[in-house]
Parts: sequence; structure tokens; C-alpha cells
Amino acid sequence: MEQRRVYLDHSATTPVDDRVLEAMMPFFKGDFGNPNSIHAWGRRVREHVNGAREHVASLLGAEPREIIFTGGGSEADNLAIKGAAFALKARGKHVITSAIEHHAVLDTVKWLGENGFDVTILPVDAQGMVSPETFRNSLREDTVFATVMYANNEVGTVQPIAELGAICRERGILFHTDAVQAAGHIPIDVRTLPVDMLTLSAHKMYGPKGVGALYLRKGVRIPPLVHGGGQEFGLRSGTENTAGIVGFGEAALLALDRFENGDDEKERFLRDKLIDGIQARIDAVLLTGHRTQRLPFHASVCIEHIEGEAMLLRLDAVGIGASSGSACTSGSLDPSHVLLAMGLSHVTAHGSLRLSLGKDTTEADIDYVLDALPPVVETLRAMSPFGRK
Amino acid sequence: MYTETVRDYFLNPRNVGSLDHADGIGEVGNAKCGDVMKISIKVEDDRITDVRFETFGCAAAIASSSIATEMIKGKTLDEALQVTNRDVLNALGGLPAEKIHCSLLAEEGIRAAVEDYRSRMAESA
Repeated sequence: MEQRRVYLDHSATTPVDDRVLEAMMPFFKGDFGNPNSIHAWGRRVREHVNGAREHVASLLGAEPREIIFTGGGSEADNLAIKGAAFALKARGKHVITSAIEHHAVLDTVKWLGENGFDVTILPVDAQGMVSPETFRNSLREDTVFATVMYANNEVGTVQPIAELGAICRERGILFHTDAVQAAGHIPIDVRTLPVDMLTLSAHKMYGPKGVGALYLRKGVRIPPLVHGGGQEFGLRSGTENTAGIVGFGEAALLALDRFENGDDEKERFLRDKLIDGIQARIDAVLLTGHRTQRLPFHASVCIEHIEGEAMLLRLDAVGIGASSGSACTSGSLDPSHVLLAMGLSHVTAHGSLRLSLGKDTTEADIDYVLDALPPVVETLRAMSPFGRK
Repeated sequence: MYTETVRDYFLNPRNVGSLDHADGIGEVGNAKCGDVMKISIKVEDDRITDVRFETFGCAAAIASSSIATEMIKGKTLDEALQVTNRDVLNALGGLPAEKIHCSLLAEEGIRAAVEDYRSRMAESA
């Protein structure tokens, strides 16, 4: 019998949906035109790029004009942060972020810190949550910009973005959120959510890699990161990745369909079954991240006495794809900065395991993982000098 | 990223465990850095007659310690001390650059176990 294969690393990337791929295909060959060209080939593609912009905008309740397509989530983060810093540097030099940001945000903000800005990196609590109170207390007269992620990729915690954004609005501070993990998985509506900029990535929501977007609220002015031909309203030059953009548009429509069908509820049910099952079957396990304020597809734990990479490879050997924030998977001596920021010890953090579900994950998949994981843990604990015998 | 030999020694590790009444125990590494290796040996007439390991760490650390136990079993203590991390690496068919330290840990583990045995002998002498 062929081994069952269960991919539970959707936080890393998702497969392209068949309907997305189908929508993209014409733009490689038949509809290959440059959307900036005036002839029929170009005009035809321009219509589809405009359509995709409307679709992505509709996912957020935004206006199409507020969507800037980029070469991915990291680029959108860089555009937002460096753009804001450059636009606001005459007004003030203080910038705020959190300790658990993705490196695309954290390293960009730290780079600002090396280039004339004052940076505050906010701590988080044991659940990985930024406190609005701490946030408010960190504001200064010269604070011009803040960026806090919508939901964390490693521990799944969803931040109080509405509250943080409201504080910024009250104080006239530009506010960005990296919603790469959340967009397409949690309903987001910028008509009520007080954010000025928001980052999305197509490949985290069943779209293709190499395309992302920055939502830029009407009236907010930042300079571009990439200068050139003036595409994307002058904010991101370079001939558009037309197939990718069209695929992103389709992925946005499919995400809206899933919200309508209540598919996120199904995902949440399976997530809880997985978390509860792991905690019931394995001792000395710690859930990382918030129990309820978390991404509907995200389960993450630390398993004591063993190391994450060893777990991943043994899971891989039985057909399960997962990830970890252990040092051995990051290529450094330290485990994930997110787990350490939450106050976990190095030893515990080395045993981190992330299982992120997808729209096509079934209950049988979860049952398989719940059967396969305990013997993996047991085997490694039997090998570990810390394992209980 | 890992050779077939590393995968094999990681998935089917030889000599796992700890020896009752071990004559020497070497524990090296640092849990904070994610690798701890414990090697216990039985010694008769200056020769390692049995050996076991326990390792907290990644696949490379587990494979390095397992293959190292095979490499020193049956050897005299002096011969065992000649085993270097280079030998462990060669036996494994190599490790990724960032995992080389795991083979070093195996070398240190062997040395620590032999030294532990010798210091016990010196004390009881």
C-alpha cells in the first residue's frame, strides 16, 4: 500500500488551486501582451490585470486603486516600511514594531535603526500577544510609524490589530500590518479596520509564488522602492507579472467563496482536534501561541526532551510535512526569535513543531498524524538523555 | 541535505541507550545550543567491550553519535582516542557545513567517556 502523504506546512506555502492555475495559463502564451502596450495584445491583458486588482481589493473591502501589486510579501513589507520611513523622516524618527515579526519586517525596521531612526521593539506575552497598553506606553512625540503583524507565522497568534490601529489613528501615526498569514484565511475589512497599509502574499492563499500586494489606504503617500517605468501607480515599476497577478485575483475570489461557505469553521474544527489530540496523547507538550486568538489553520507546540529537526525528518519518513523553529532548522545556534520572545527556554524552543493545515486537509489526515506523531516522539525520547524512561 | 548513511543511522540508530554499571560516561554539548550527547562505555583489559549513546539533538547529532559508538566498540582506549571528527564525517559520507559541529561532539563524547573511565581508575587505584 502506498504511504499516506499529509502536507501540514501551509504556513510555509500552499499549493496553487486548480482554478487559479487555469486562470493563469493564458497569460504565459496566448495573452502574453505587455499590459502597458497600447495595442490589442496589451489592452486585453490590462483588462485582466485591472480585474485582478478588483478581486484582491474585494477580499479586503478596499478600492482597486489602493492595491499595489509587488513581487511578494517581503517586497510589500519593505515598500511599506522603507516608504513610510522616507516619507515621514522630516516629522520624526521613532518607529515601533514587535519582537515576533517576520524577518521581512523585523530586519527592515532594524535596518532603519542603523540608518538614523530610533526603533522600539515591543515585547509580547507568553501567548505571543502584543499588549495595546504596552504599545500605547511606547509612543513618543516623535513616533511616526508602527508595524505589527496581523497573525504570527510560527505560533499562529492573532494580534489586536483593530485596537493598535485605533491608537495610531488617534495619535496620527502611520500604521502597517503584515497580514501574509491572515489574508484569505481570516476575514479582513479595511473599511472598519484602522490600518493604513497591509501586506498580502498570493502563495499563502493558494495563489502562485512571486506575487504579493500592499494595500495602501487612499491619501497615504510613500515613495517607491523600485523606480522605473512607473507601473502600479508609480509605486512599483517593472512590467507586471501578469499571470501571477491574475492568479492572485482568482485566489482572492476563491478565498471569499470559502468564507461564504464557512470553510474556515471546518478548518478550525480540525485544528482543535489536532491540538487536543496531541495534548491528550503526548505528555510534556506545550501549546505555543494563543489557544483561541489564533489562525484557524494553525497548530504549534513544543515537545519537551527532543529536538525539532529530528522530529521533522522522522515525520517526513512517514509522509508528513511539518516545520519547526528549532535552531537546527534555522541554520543558527539559536531557536526561533518568536519562541524566545514569548519567554520559552532555549531547550523547550528546540522542541518546536508547527503543523499548519490547508483547505484540503481532511479528518483522516488529522487522524493519521495523531497516530503517527506519538511513536515518533517516543522513539526520540528513548534516545534522549532527557527523556523519561 | 543528508547522505543515505546519515539517514540510515538517524532512522535506525545502533547502540541506543545507557549501560547499567558503565565504566565510563561522557556527557558533552549544551542543551541551550540544542545538542547533548551522552556516551557510556564498558571497559575490559583496556578495551571497549560495549558502548551506548543517548542524544538530544538533530538528525546529524544522532547519526554522528550512533556511528561513533560503532567505530569505538572493540577498540582499545588509546585507539578510541584516535577517532577524530574527520573520521566520523568520513564514515557518514559527510555532513552539511552547518552540521559539522555534530561530528565534533561525537569526538568529544568519546574522549569524555574515556577520560571519565581513566579518572575513575585513578581514584580507585
